[in-house]
Amino acid sequence: MIMRKTCLLFILFYCVIAKSFAQNDSLTDMLNKEMPAPVKKDYTTATFKATRIINGCSVENLGAGVLDFRISHRFGQLNEGASNFFGLDNATTRLGLDYGITKWLMVGIGHSTLNKEDDGFIKIKLLPQQKGKMPITLSYAGSASVQTEPAPILPPGDKYDFNNRVYYTNQVLIARKFNRWLSLQIMPTIVHFNLVDSSKFSNNTIAIGVGGRIKVSHRIAITGEYYYRTNNTGMLVNGLPTYNAVAVGIDIETGGHVFQLMLTNSQGLTDRTFIGQTTDSWAKGQLHFGFNISRVFTVVKPKGFKGYQDEKW
Amino acid sequence: MKKLFLITCFLTTGITALFAQKYMTRTGKVKFDATAPSSPERIVGVNNEAACILDSKSGDVASQMLIKSFKFEKELMEEHFNENYMESDKLPKADFKGKITNASEINFAKDGAYTAKVEGKLTIHGVTNDVTTPADVTVRGHTVSVKTKFVVKLIDYKIKVPSLVADKLSKEATVTLDCDLTQK
Repeated sequence: MIMRKTCLLFILFYCVIAKSFAQNDSLTDMLNKEMPAPVKKDYTTATFKATRIINGCSVENLGAGVLDFRISHRFGQLNEGASNFFGLDNATTRLGLDYGITKWLMVGIGHSTLNKEDDGFIKIKLLPQQKGKMPITLSYAGSASVQTEPAPILPPGDKYDFNNRVYYTNQVLIARKFNRWLSLQIMPTIVHFNLVDSSKFSNNTIAIGVGGRIKVSHRIAITGEYYYRTNNTGMLVNGLPTYNAVAVGIDIETGGHVFQLMLTNSQGLTDRTFIGQTTDSWAKGQLHFGFNISRVFTVVKPKGFKGYQDEKW
Repeated sequence: MKKLFLITCFLTTGITALFAQKYMTRTGKVKFDATAPSSPERIVGVNNEAACILDSKSGDVASQMLIKSFKFEKELMEEHFNENYMESDKLPKADFKGKITNASEINFAKDGAYTAKVEGKLTIHGVTNDVTTPADVTVRGHTVSVKTKFVVKLIDYKIKVPSLVADKLSKEATVTLDCDLTQK
């Protein structure tokens, strides 16, 4: 009898102790049971560091109310030798301003020194990658550009139409962030040239682009991009043959800036120039060193942050 | 004798259940400020979806929140916070499990303002540390509001501040919590 009593006492004691130890876990469990957490959509973020992989668009959009000032530079060919300071003397530049209207819609304008080209684009995120629901991000990017070089001298009576200067690009961007360090993207592309040199060529160059990034640290990623043209590969630009665009680069992120350094065979910075009219070849060593600098400014603060600095709590 | 024990057992459990009052919320506000003194921009994150629960009998408290629910003034800050500092895809939650050590001094049945001493374990970025902080507890009917403020050292939670951003991002963050818990 005494044994039994002691036994029971022990069990009781043990129960109380166990209960007090388990209290906190059961508290959280109780909370989750009584007030279930709202089901949240888990969208994948930061598939790429910037809105461009290297030359072309990535599926990343700017946040709503964010303005991005972009300076892109492509130097001349590295193999031009010392007389041109390995290409540094002949550079093309594009200055651009991009703006995020909503988190799925962004627009941008830019001016590029090659062919004095003005361009504008729109990028729409149609489907965002979502954990357990949507394996890919699907976006559309469309751009139009106008080269503003002096009109060529034509025989008397011939007119050089404004339309001849205009180019359009339509792209579908399909990307997937596989894990923390690997993201890949495929981009079927149509570049429309209002004017081509000869009737041999189609006005539409159809290309398939592939791109990706491998993150090597929190702030550094290695990127690559390739556009394969399915037609118009014999197109000439100023008598020079054209090649598929290949670029490799490094993304370096520092606070509000992203620096992208790259080696590429295209000196052009607009979609039609690098996808359809790259005149240099990796095989011949005609490479260009270049960089993109992106600096973002938050123009419109998100809701709920107005006056938050004065909050006393 | 056996019967008596069993009855006592049941009674104890029953009484505990009767007096155990739980207060909880899913919309607790948690803010942190990790702005360095020299920084031109404020580095502040706000989470309005913190879950908190309080057991008025035992004084046990627990809180849990998703790292991804922290919002920032600048979108890029939010991205860096999740990607580079908190690694929220790997470590999605922060939580606190602790106790009000002077729970007996707080009368949850009577309206009034009290100062609670809270002790417990805070887990951020997969690292757990002990935290002790005073908290303002205000009882108003069936609502208990809890306010507290404490400082965490980022290095204690294995959050590294690269020298590049040391002029903006402080090595310490001031964490404020403000929740209104309702009785269940």
